[in-house]
Amino acid sequence: MRRAVIAFTAFLGGLIFLLAGPAHADPADCQGLRGTLKLQGQPVNGAKIAVTTESGQPVKEVTTNAQGTWDVPVDKPGKYKVTLDVSTLPQNAEVRGGNNVRTPTVYKGNCSSVLFALQPKGAPGQEQQQDSGGQTSMWEQAAQLAFEGLNLGLIIALAALGLSLIYGTTGLTNFSHGELVTLGAILAYAFNVGIGLHLIPAGIIAVIVAGVLGYLQDRLFWGWLRKRGTGIIAMMIISIGLALVLRYAFLIFFGGQTEAYAQYVAQPGIQLGPISAAPKNLVAMGIELAVLIVVGIALLRTRTGKAARAVADNPALAASSGINVDRVIRIVWTMGGAIAALAGVMLGLSQTLKYTMGQDILLLIFAGVTLGGLGTAFGALVGSLVVGLFIQVSTLWVPPELKNVGALAVLIIVLLVRPQGILGRRERIG
Amino acid sequence: MDWITIISTTLKSAVGVETVLYGVAAIGLNVHFGYTGLLNFGQAAFMGVAGYGLAVTVTVMGLPFWVGIGVGLVAAVLLALLMGIPTLHLRADYLAIVTIAGAEIVRLIFRSVAFKDVFGGSDGQRGFSNGFYAINPFEHFFTARQYGFNLGPVPLFFSPRQTWVIFVGWVLIALACGVVFLLMRSPWGRVLKAIREDEDAVRSLGKSVFSYKMQSLVLGGVIGSLGGFIYGLAYASVQPDVFGTETTFYMYTMVILGGAARVFGPVIGSMLFWVLLVLVYGVLAEAVGAGYITFMDVNQVGALRWILVGLGLILLLIFRPQGIFGDKREIAIDAR
Repeated sequence: MRRAVIAFTAFLGGLIFLLAGPAHADPADCQGLRGTLKLQGQPVNGAKIAVTTESGQPVKEVTTNAQGTWDVPVDKPGKYKVTLDVSTLPQNAEVRGGNNVRTPTVYKGNCSSVLFALQPKGAPGQEQQQDSGGQTSMWEQAAQLAFEGLNLGLIIALAALGLSLIYGTTGLTNFSHGELVTLGAILAYAFNVGIGLHLIPAGIIAVIVAGVLGYLQDRLFWGWLRKRGTGIIAMMIISIGLALVLRYAFLIFFGGQTEAYAQYVAQPGIQLGPISAAPKNLVAMGIELAVLIVVGIALLRTRTGKAARAVADNPALAASSGINVDRVIRIVWTMGGAIAALAGVMLGLSQTLKYTMGQDILLLIFAGVTLGGLGTAFGALVGSLVVGLFIQVSTLWVPPELKNVGALAVLIIVLLVRPQGILGRRERIG
Repeated sequence: MDWITIISTTLKSAVGVETVLYGVAAIGLNVHFGYTGLLNFGQAAFMGVAGYGLAVTVTVMGLPFWVGIGVGLVAAVLLALLMGIPTLHLRADYLAIVTIAGAEIVRLIFRSVAFKDVFGGSDGQRGFSNGFYAINPFEHFFTARQYGFNLGPVPLFFSPRQTWVIFVGWVLIALACGVVFLLMRSPWGRVLKAIREDEDAVRSLGKSVFSYKMQSLVLGGVIGSLGGFIYGLAYASVQPDVFGTETTFYMYTMVILGGAARVFGPVIGSMLFWVLLVLVYGVLAEAVGAGYITFMDVNQVGALRWILVGLGLILLLIFRPQGIFGDKREIAIDAR
C-alpha cells in the first residue's frame, strides 16, 4: 500500500523531471508594465507606446520590438496611463473596440501586462480564430464558424472518448482528464521547443509518453484505489485533488504565460469555397478523424474493443464470462491517456499552450460526454461534435466570450429533458 | 529568515479574513455535502451572486448598503432554486458536473464584456463597502489605532477595518454553527441525514426527497452567500475569477479536513487550511528570499502551496476520509 504511494510520488516526480526541460522563470524583480502586440498571431513591430502617470506626467515612450513586445519599468507602484499611438500601427490594423488608452495599476514588485487586442481593419468587433475579414454574408460566416466548430468538436471528441471509456469501465468521473490534455500539449512542447525536435515527431513521442503515463497512472494509483475499495465519490474528489496537483505542477515548470510550438505557428489561410482555413487545421482534423475512426473500429471489431464495451456495459457479467476486467481497464487508461494527449497537441496547434488549457475545455468535454450519454463511446463522439459546432455557430448570435455559456446551458437542459443523452440507454440517472 | 513575521502572519491567519470567509462558506457546503450528501460543486457561485448582488445594488443602482445585503441574499436563494430544479433529481456524479457548469455560467456572465456596465467585466466592481465601514465601532467608537496583543516577541495586531470584518465574520460563523447545530438535531435535520444514507428509504416513508434537498440547497447556499459578502466587504471589491471552481474545491478540502457532517468541522478545517498554507508559504518564500532554496522563485512557491492542497485532498480521502473530527460512517463518499 505505502509502496504504491511512494511509486505514485515517484511517477509525479518523474513527470516533473520530464517537464523541467522547458522551464524558465519569470524575473521576480520586475516592477512595471509590459505587453505584446500581435495581429492575427504575427508580432507587430515598431508601434509606439507612451506611458504616463495617472496625472499625465510622461514616464517613458517605447516602440515594440521584432517580437512585438514592449516593456516599461517604473519606479513607483500606482496607476499609470498607457497610450498606443494608432498611427504607428500597420496600415491594416486597428485596436479592437477602438479604445487605445489603458489605465493599469502597477503593484509593488510586480509587472502588469497591458493588453491591446488588434484586429484587421473592417473586421467585426469580435474574436475569431481565422478572420474571414471584410463584410461577409451570414451564410459564409455560418460556414466558417461551422468549420471552426468541427475543428473544436473533433478535439473535444478525442478527449471525451477517453473520459467516457474510463467512466464506463471504472465508474470514475475523472476531473483530472483536462490535465491529461494539458500534459500532452506540454510534453509535445518540451520535445519540440525544449529538445528541438520537429513538431510531428515531438507530438508522436508526447502521445506515446502520455499513453505510458496513463498506463502507470492506472497501474500505480487508480487500480490500487479500486483494490482498496475506495468509493466512487471519494475517487471523484481524489481526481480533483490530482487535477490541482498536476495543474500547479504545470504552472511551476511551464510558467503562467502562453506559448506556441516552434512550427506551424502562423499559416496563411487558404480559401475553400466560403471557408478560409489554415492548412494545419485541415491536416489536424484529418488526423483527428482518422484516430477517431480507428478507435471506433477497434471498439467494434477487435476482441479487446468488444471486451471494453462489455466491461462498460456490466463489469460483473464481463468478469464472469472470462474477460480480464483489470487488463481491459489498463488498456482503456493507456488509450485514454494517449488520445487525450493527442487532443492536447492538436489544441495547442490550433490555439496556444497554457497550463490551464485542459481545465478550460474540461467542462466542454463533460458537456460532450453527457450530451452523448455518459459511458458510451460513440455517444461521446456525437455529443462532442454537437458541442463544438454549437459553441462556434452560436457566436453568430451571442457575444463570443459567452459562447461557452450556451454549451453549458445545453448540458443542463439535456440533463433535464433526456438525461441519458443522445445515444445512452435509459437507466437510473436521477 | 524573519521568523517573527512568519509566526505572526501564521497565527493571525488562524482567525483572519480568509479563514472567516472560507469558513462560513464551508459551513454552507457542509450542509450540502456533509449532512445531505449533495455533491454541490458550485458553492463558489453562491458567494459570487451574493458579493455581486451587494456590489451592483450599491454601485450601479446607488441603493443603500443594507438593501444590497438583501439583494445578495435573495440572489443566493434564487440561484439555489435555479440550480436545484434541474439537478436535484440527478445521481451524484451528474449533480457534480451540472453544479460546476452552473457555477461556470455564473462566473462567465459576471466577467463578460456584454454585461460590463453592470458587473464590470473581468475587473469586477469596487467601492460598495463604505456603508459597512461607516458603522465600524472599532474606528468610530473605540479609538485604538490597531487591535491585538503581543505574544512574547510576536506582535499580533489587526487594523480597525480588519478587526471589524473579522469580528462580524466570527459572529456570522457562530450564528451559522448555531443554526446548523439546532437544525441537524431537529426532525428536519434527521430527514436530511436519512437522505444522505438512503434516498429510496426516505422516499418510501412518504417524504418528498426533492423538497428536502431543495431546502438544504437553499440553506447551505444562503450560508455560503455570507462568505461572499465577507469577501466583498473585506477587500472592498469583487472580481469574477475569485468565485471560480477552484474556490469550491478549496472549501471541499476544508470540509473534509475538519470532518464532514460535524458542526465545527468546516471551521476547524478552514483554520487549519489557512494556517498550514500561510506557514508553508511564509517559510518557503523566506527561504527563497534568503537564498536557502535556489531551485525555485517566489511565484513558484505560490504554485507549490496549491500542489500541497491537492496532495492533501488526495491523501485525506485515501487515508482519512472522515477528517479530523468526522465519523467514517457519516461520510457520503460511496456511490448510490
